Amino acid sequence: MLQFTLQRLLWLIPTLLAMALVTFLVMHATPGSPLDPVAEGANPLSPEAQKNLAAAYGLDKPLWEQFLIFVTKALHGDFGQSFVYKTRTVTEILRDTFPVSLLLGTMALAVAVAGGVTLGVLAAVYQNKSWDYLSVSVATLGVSVPNFVLAVFLIVLFSFVLPIFPTGGWGEPKDWVLPTITLALGPMGIIARFTRSSMVEVIRSDYIRTARAKGLAERPVILKHVLKNACIPVVTLLGPLFAAVGTGSFFVESIFRVPGMGRFFVLSMTGRDYPMIMAVILLYGVFLAFMNLAVDLLYGFIDPRIRY
Amino acid sequence: MASSTPASATSYDAAEIVADVPAAATSSLWRDAWRRLLHNKLAVAGGITVVMLCLVAIFANVLAPQSYTKANFGAIYQFPSREYPLGTDQLGRDVLSRLIYGARVSMLVGLGSQVIVLLIGVPLGAVAGYVGGRTDILMTRFIDVMYAFPRLLFVILVMSMLGAGLINIFIALGLTGWVGIARQTRAQVLTLKEKEFVEGARALGARGWRVLSRHILPSALTPIVVSITFGIPEAIFTEAALSFIGVGINPPTPSWGQMVGENQQFLRSYWYLCVFPSIAIAITMLSFTFFGDGVRDALDPKMK
Repeated sequence: MLQFTLQRLLWLIPTLLAMALVTFLVMHATPGSPLDPVAEGANPLSPEAQKNLAAAYGLDKPLWEQFLIFVTKALHGDFGQSFVYKTRTVTEILRDTFPVSLLLGTMALAVAVAGGVTLGVLAAVYQNKSWDYLSVSVATLGVSVPNFVLAVFLIVLFSFVLPIFPTGGWGEPKDWVLPTITLALGPMGIIARFTRSSMVEVIRSDYIRTARAKGLAERPVILKHVLKNACIPVVTLLGPLFAAVGTGSFFVESIFRVPGMGRFFVLSMTGRDYPMIMAVILLYGVFLAFMNLAVDLLYGFIDPRIRY
Repeated sequence: MASSTPASATSYDAAEIVADVPAAATSSLWRDAWRRLLHNKLAVAGGITVVMLCLVAIFANVLAPQSYTKANFGAIYQFPSREYPLGTDQLGRDVLSRLIYGARVSMLVGLGSQVIVLLIGVPLGAVAGYVGGRTDILMTRFIDVMYAFPRLLFVILVMSMLGAGLINIFIALGLTGWVGIARQTRAQVLTLKEKEFVEGARALGARGWRVLSRHILPSALTPIVVSITFGIPEAIFTEAALSFIGVGINPPTPSWGQMVGENQQFLRSYWYLCVFPSIAIAITMLSFTFFGDGVRDALDPKMK
C-alpha cells in the first residue's frame, strides 16, 4: 500500500507538468496578450510602455524560458504577481479565498453524501413505489439542471416567496444555507442515482437471500448487509464529485456573492492573468489528484477484497 | 440506426457473409430497444419535448412574435402583459422572442458539438484500441492528462482565450469532449477485437480498416450512442454556463444562459428576466436526461 501511494504521488509530477504545459500553451497560442487594454475599444498602450511592461513581467523572453521560470518559481511556492490585482501576489489571493471555497465545497459534499445515500436507499428499498419516484425525480432534477438555474429557483422560493434566507453574502451561518444546498443538489443527484442502482443489484444477490432466509429482520438486512456492499462503488464517485463541486462553485459563488476563488478565477481568465490562471488550474489539479488518491485508499479500506 | 440493417448479400466474398452475422444481431437489438423505449413514459415525454424544442429552434423566425434584436426604449423592463407575454428586458426587447431564438443556440450547440465529438473521438479511440502498442500508450497517456483537468475549467480557459462566439464554442467543446468517447470506444474495441467473430472475419481475409469498420464498430455502437445522448445535454449545459459568465455566445444573439447571467443581479426587481430562461434551461436539460436515461435502459435492460 505504501508502494502504491508513493507510485501515485510520483505520477502526480508528470501529470501536473503536463497540465501546466497544456494550460501554458493554450494561453500563449491564442491571439491576444495581457498587455491589451481590458476595456473594449480602449486605446492600446504605447509600444514603449508595452515593451517595458513585458520586460517587467518577463513576457519578452522566449516561451520555453518563460515556462521554465514559471516551473522553477512554482516549485518554491512563488506564483508571481497577479496581472489584474497588481498589488497582490497570487499566493496571497489564493490564501484568502481558497479556504472559503473549501468550506463551501466541504459542506456541500457532506450534504450531498448524506442526502444522496438516503434518497438512493429509499428508492431501492421502495422500488417502483412513490418513494422511489420521488427520490428519482429529485435526483434527476439535481443531476440535469445547472446549479445557476437551481440558484435562481431557490432564491425565488426561499428569499422572495418565503423570506427565510438571505439572497447572498457570506457572514453568518444563515448565509451558508442556500449556496450549500445549490451546490449540493447536483452531486446529491449523482450519488442518489448511483446508490439506487448499486443497492438494487446487491438486493438481488444470493447472500442477501441467505440473510433473509436465516430470519434476519428487514432493517438490519438493508442497513448492514446491503448498504455496506452497495457503498463500495459509490465511494469511487467521490473523486470526480470533488471536481464537480469545485468548478460548480464558480457559478454559485458569483450568484450568492461568496468571496471564494470562483470570482477571481473567472476574472483572471477574461483578463488574461497568466500567473493566476496557472496557479488556479494547478491548485485544482493537485487537489483533485489528492482526493482521488484518498478515495482509492479509502476504497481498499472499505473493501478488503481489494489489494494494491 | 438504420445503417446497421444487414446488407443483402450482393457480393459473395466470404468476409461479406460473415459481416451479416453481427449486423443482423444488432438490427434486432435496435428493434427491441425501440420497443422498450416506447414503454418508458418518462423517456417518451422527454423525447417528445426534445422534438418540440427542435421544431421551435428550426421555426424560430416564424414563431417569434417580434424581432430578438429590436430595442424599444419606450418599453424597457415591462412586466409580463398581454402585449409582451414574458415581459421585456433592459433594452425593451421581447423576452418571449429572445427565448424562442435562444432555443436555436442550445439545440445547435447540443447536436452540433456531438457530431464533432463523434468525428474526433471514435476514430482516435478505435485506432488506439485496434493498433495497440506504442500508439495506444501515447494516446492513453494524453487522454489521462485531459481527464486530470476539470472539464468545465478547461472549456472556460479555452473560451476566454479564443473569445466568445458560436464557432469558438464548437472548437472548445470539440477539443475537450472527444476524450470521453475516445476512451469508451477504445475500451470497446479492445474487448471486441479478441472476440471469435472478429477472428473469423480476419481468418476469411478481411483486414485492418474493414475489420474495424464493418465488424468491430457496429458492435461497439451501443455505449457510443448512450454517451452521445448524455453528451447533448452536457454540451447544452456548458454553453449555458459559458454564456452565463459572459464568454459564450456574443450578444445580441440570445442564449438562455446569457439571459440568466445578465439579469441575475436584478432578480429581486425583475424576477421574470431570470426565471423564464431558467425554466427553459431546466425543461431542456430534464427532457434530454429523461430521454437519455430511457435510451440507456432500453439498450442495456440489465441496468433497470
